[in-house]
Formats: sequence, C-alpha cells, structure tokens
Amino acid sequence: MSAPTGITRATLLKDLRLEWRSKDAINSMLFFSLLVVVVFSFSFDPSAEESRQIAGGLIWVAFLFAAVVALNQTWARELRNQVLDAYRVSPAPANSLFIAKTLGNFIFVTVLEALMTPLFIVFYRLRALGPAWQLLLVAVLGTWALVVNGTFFAAMSLRTRSREIMLPLLLFPISIPALLAMVQSTTAILNGEGARFWIVLLVTYDLVFTTVCLLLFETVLNAE
Amino acid sequence: MKKAFPILGVLTAILLIYALYMALVWAPTERTMGNVQRIFYYHVPSAWTAFILFFVNFVASVVYLIKRRPAADIVALVSAEVGVVFCTVVLVTGPIWARPVWGIWWTWDMRLTSTLVLWLIYVSYLFLRRFSSSGQTPALAAALAVLGALCVPFVYFSIWFFRTQHPQPVMGGGGSIDPRMLHVLLINWLAFSCFAFLVCWSRYRLEKLQRDVDHAHASASLLDPRGSGR
Amino acid sequence: MSGNGYLFAAYAVTWIIHIAYLGTIVRRYSRLQREIEELKKPGVKS
Repeated sequence: MSAPTGITRATLLKDLRLEWRSKDAINSMLFFSLLVVVVFSFSFDPSAEESRQIAGGLIWVAFLFAAVVALNQTWARELRNQVLDAYRVSPAPANSLFIAKTLGNFIFVTVLEALMTPLFIVFYRLRALGPAWQLLLVAVLGTWALVVNGTFFAAMSLRTRSREIMLPLLLFPISIPALLAMVQSTTAILNGEGARFWIVLLVTYDLVFTTVCLLLFETVLNAE
Repeated sequence: MKKAFPILGVLTAILLIYALYMALVWAPTERTMGNVQRIFYYHVPSAWTAFILFFVNFVASVVYLIKRRPAADIVALVSAEVGVVFCTVVLVTGPIWARPVWGIWWTWDMRLTSTLVLWLIYVSYLFLRRFSSSGQTPALAAALAVLGALCVPFVYFSIWFFRTQHPQPVMGGGGSIDPRMLHVLLINWLAFSCFAFLVCWSRYRLEKLQRDVDHAHASASLLDPRGSGR
Repeated sequence: MSGNGYLFAAYAVTWIIHIAYLGTIVRRYSRLQREIEELKKPGVKS
C-alpha cells in the first residue's frame, strides 16, 4: 500500500510546489474569482430581492466556471513534458496519478471558492438562516463531485481536437444531478430549510463516480 | 442475412402504417385534450425506444471494455446515434403537445427534463466520438458511456425530488390509461422498435463498410513503395 | 393552429427527423460505394 500512496503524495506535493513557486495559477485565479463575482453582480442585481433567492445558484455557477478554468490546465504541464508517456510506461498504478491530480485540483478549486465566497457574501448580503456548517459540507461534497469528474474528463480530452471546449462539453451534462443538488441544498440552507435529501444524493454521487473514475482511469490513460 | 433486410423493411412499413391508422382513427378521442392527445402515440414510444437504445449502448460499451471487440464498439456508436435521433423526436413532439394543452412550449416537468438531460449526455458522447482520434475513440467512448449510464438514475432521482418540491404541469397526465389507448400505444411501440432495429442495422453496415475501407486505405499506403506523399 | 394542426405537425416532424437521419446514412453509403470503385481500379495510388 505504501508504493501507491507514496506516488500519490509525491505527485501532489510536486504539483503544489510548482504552483506555489510560479504563482502563475494562483494570481490569475485570484483575479478571475474577483472578475466572476463582479460580472455576476452586474448581471444579477444584488439589491433585488430575487437575487438573494437565487444566490445559491449563482455561487455554484461561478464555482463551476472556476473549476473548468482550473481543470483545463490540469494536464497541460504533463503534456508539455511528455510526463504522461513516462507514467504509462512505468509500473506505477494509474490510480495514484489520478488521485494526486484530483486532490491537487480539489485544493486549487477550493482556494478559488474560498476567495469568491466572501465577495459573494458581501455583494449579495447573504445570511445563512440554516446551520452554516452544512454549507461547508455541501461545498466540499459539491466541489469533489465537479473535480473528480472534471479531472477524469480532462484526461479524456487531452488528445481530442478542441481540447478546452471538450472538457465542459463532457463535464456539464453528467454533472447536472450533482449541480442540482448543490444549488438546491445551498438555497435550502440559506433559507433555513432542510437539505438532507440533497446532501445524501451528493454523498452517493461522489461515492459512485469516484469509484468508477478510479476503475476506468487506467483505460483512459492507456487508450490507444 | 442481407436478403432479410428488404423483407423486414416492407413488413415494418406495413406495421408503421397500421400503427398510424390505429393512432389517428381507431384510438378513442381523449375527453379533455381532444385530438392533440394522439401525439402521445408517437411521443411515448419514441421515448421508450430511445431508453432501450441507450441501454444497448451501455451494455455494448461494457462488453467493449472487457472484450475489446470492434463489433461491440460499432454497436455502441450506432445505438447512441439512433438513440439520440429518437430522443430528439421526444423533445420536439413534447413541446408541440404542450403548447395547445398548457399554453406553454416547455414545461420543466419530470419526464421532459430528464429526457433533455439524457439527450445532453448522449450528444456529448457523440461529440467525444467525433473529436477524438480514431485509435483511442472506442476505449474513451466506452468509458464515457459507462459514466453516462450510471448518471441516469441520479438524473431521475434528483429531478423527481426537485419536482415534488416545485410542482409543474405534468405531461401526459397521471392515472390509469384506457385499455384501447394502451393497445394503440403498444402497437406503435412495436412498429417503432422494428423501425429502430432496421435503422441500426443499416447504420451498422455503413460503419462496418467505412472501417473496412479505411483499413484498405491504410494497408494500401503501407504497401505502396512510393508512399502517399507523406 | 387548431388541435389537429398540432397533431399533424408532431407526426410530420417525427418523420422529417427520421428521414433526415436515414438520408445521411444513404448519402454516406453512396459516397463509400464510389470510393470502393476507385480502390478496385488496378494500379491506383490511394
């Protein structure tokens, strides 16, 4: 068990270190998060009562776009240096690579969300009428749902034409049940209503899709 | 095998015409909606046929992942394409039915919404098949098909709960169905299933031929000592 | 459009969609047949 987790940890740390040193991704994503919230504020007037009611949806659409931006550059570095070919040839299990990538993406997207959330709260004057810790749970589950499928589809899109558009094309339809759950649970918690069904749905979705992505990743990596 | 095709074609055509007659003439007129309700006899069988075809796609994709048989890959492609065609029919006849009955073109009711998401998933599958390079397509597509198929229960569950929280006009009504209407419905379903089978068969033959020709091109350029200009 | 108009539209659209799809199959098939004729010609560099 130590070899696969060792590889996962090594890959993850390498990615984090590279991002931290270059600060490329962090800076552009910082600015991106601000831009997204501002654009949404102009499109959906925060002072209107209706906007507060749909704030749950707005936030998750913003997170979705941020996730796509982060995911698209997920494999770019590997592709540039032919690292993927090295992985294919090495005896390292494909799953370790997948988990490392997914965890890395999860961290990046979570950072983005952490940057955007205070802005949304301030601009839209949001208050959670329900238990706020549940919002955190929904954020974690929802982000994982987007990231696990997104990393998988990003790997799939790698050698397709129009790689960048391929990712959202594949990700959005399959994410719809999870997206519905994220938005509905966020709205429910903000309004002080129960979100248990949606949270259970998200947990089930995450379990099923993480398992299947892990099972199928080797196929995708070796597809030729 | 090939001789069966024209015979089956004629039989299917006859069945379709008979089913059309049943739908337009024999079936009783519905009390509240009138003749518009007869769209039902095309809308619902198309939906059932699409679901069956998508299930075939799932099975074929799993078979491909396990056995790597090219025939399984072709079946997966064909069933997805024809499934999307039938699904498109559902999504177009739905609004045409909704408009005179409810006064709106689209209602986010459970069945129509779920069908839309299904359509989106399988159209994205077709996009992947078109945009990926041919060596990898079968494996990638099969993986996507499995994910898509697993998503289907989630789609239905989530939209069902969403609709019970936010009710919308339900298309096609709830409740029990007049046995004569059920009879006509099943006849149309049988007719469209036969039609779908023939369309899939034609598409299968086309794809097989296409791949054989591509193989021939590839072998020819390999064998040609002067090369093909590359 | 009366009720019957919508009914006719729905049935017509169904068959238009199916015939359009069948049309693409037929068109690709005839193009393939032509390609096969080309391939069969002896000494043709493909």
